Amino acid sequence: MEGERTLGMNTVSSTLGASASSASRATQLALSALLGLFVVGFVGFSHMDVVHNAAHDVRHSLAFPCH
Amino acid sequence: MSVFRNVVFIAAIAGLLSGLILAAMQSFATVPLILQAEVYEEAGGGHDHGSAHNMPGMEMSAPATAEAAAPAEEEAWEPANGAERTGFTVLANIVTGIGFALVLVAVSEFAGGVANWRQGVFWGLAGFAVFTLAPGLGLPPELPAMPAADLAGRQVWWIGTAVATAAGLGLIAFRSSLAFSLLGLALIVVPHVIGAPQPESHETPIPENLHHQFVVAVTVTNLIFWVVLGALVGIVRGRFTGTAKSLRDSFA
Repeated sequence: MEGERTLGMNTVSSTLGASASSASRATQLALSALLGLFVVGFVGFSHMDVVHNAAHDVRHSLAFPCH
Repeated sequence: MSVFRNVVFIAAIAGLLSGLILAAMQSFATVPLILQAEVYEEAGGGHDHGSAHNMPGMEMSAPATAEAAAPAEEEAWEPANGAERTGFTVLANIVTGIGFALVLVAVSEFAGGVANWRQGVFWGLAGFAVFTLAPGLGLPPELPAMPAADLAGRQVWWIGTAVATAAGLGLIAFRSSLAFSLLGLALIVVPHVIGAPQPESHETPIPENLHHQFVVAVTVTNLIFWVVLGALVGIVRGRFTGTAKSLRDSFA
């Protein structure tokens, strides 16, 4: 569908993958979830000291295991 | 990759806003308590983050290796107190907010999508249960200078608990048989039967009152964060996809 090429609010009905096959849709959703977990993991679970120090207060405030 | 792009778009907006709100809440609810705890930490023998080998009465069998590792740790860059530290805290909150939003949007799309802000609130409550409540039962929010078990072990338990709780809630919510509900309940309970890794001693210079305040502050700020995040996902997604009617058509 043409509509989903734009992010405008008027191109409504085809968003979030009505035209995608269900397999492709599932793959892309899984990919999105993995990306999210990777991002959270990098900020909250990385063993790199620099990352730990930068996000220190957030790790404590989100109750991620720290130190 | 239109599905992926749309999920990222919704998650970016919802995660950015809720991350900013979380950072604002932390700046008066949790960060001041962390700073207070760091005073005890400094007094108790330097910037060591309260790891076991530096706690009185907690000498491990291999203190030499622990001490040897310490200097390298202390040389790592860290943001200067004040604006720089606050800046990185805000940034980390936004990044984490978008990360959690990606997970929430993607998983909820599998279940038909968040149709409105009210549905989003329930998805947010689920996120709170999975990422704050369940791991926090075994590993309560901790302040600097508090003793804790081996980091990797705690991370494994934390992640395993979140995964099991998410799977358990999913089975209870989306499978309509009693057997699956019981299995879901079992999945939620099992990590707590196994138990989180605990330090050999809970002795700490941190006053219990301060720690209790911190546990409450962390739990409540995260609750608000997740509810706001879920509601925002519902709102942004609604605006993005148009009416609820077309949305149902899109997500069946």
